Amino acid sequence: MKKENVSKHMKKVTINLALWTLSWLLTLALATFGPKFIWQERTTWSILAIAINTLIGVGLIRAHIKHLSALDELQKKIQFDAMGIALGVGVIGGLSYSVMDIANVITGDAEISFLVMLISISYMIALTIGKKRYT
Amino acid sequence: MKNKLKVLRAERDMTQADLANSLAVSRQTINAIEKGKFDPSLPLAFKISKLFQLSIEEIFDNEETKES
Repeated sequence: MKKENVSKHMKKVTINLALWTLSWLLTLALATFGPKFIWQERTTWSILAIAINTLIGVGLIRAHIKHLSALDELQKKIQFDAMGIALGVGVIGGLSYSVMDIANVITGDAEISFLVMLISISYMIALTIGKKRYT
Repeated sequence: MKNKLKVLRAERDMTQADLANSLAVSRQTINAIEKGKFDPSLPLAFKISKLFQLSIEEIFDNEETKES
């Protein structure tokens, strides 16, 4: 595949990934806030919203796989290194956080959102370092 | 791994972007290979070899092999 085609393809899969991410975020917000602010705790609507969000989540995963496939070998390496670090930090950090909750070291319950933030931040830091390393 | 990519590219009056174009990779990848920060895969090495009509050994210098 020549560069122009590669660039076009890359642009296409990146836009596709952005649209799936946006859709997933919007449906997640709908499933989270809908029961309280839109459909007044009606379970059927909540199940429907969660099902739609999950299905769009599957689409998001597929879009991400397509995006990774479109990268060249160095870009793939940078992405995989960053994902590996994020996974490691997520597992280690997440389990430590869970143990802290069980041992009552932290006040209140452990929240999944903190784990998501930890994974996202470590992924972004690792990605930035990886990109800089090969520049 | 050391290589002659920069010299070969300069001899043909090609920019990094031109070479990246021909090999269907990003300019960052060409830059990283030239600086020896990233070793290309075998398929990419073959593509480079075919483009410059030289053998892989003429382009890439495996220092480790030489030392042993």
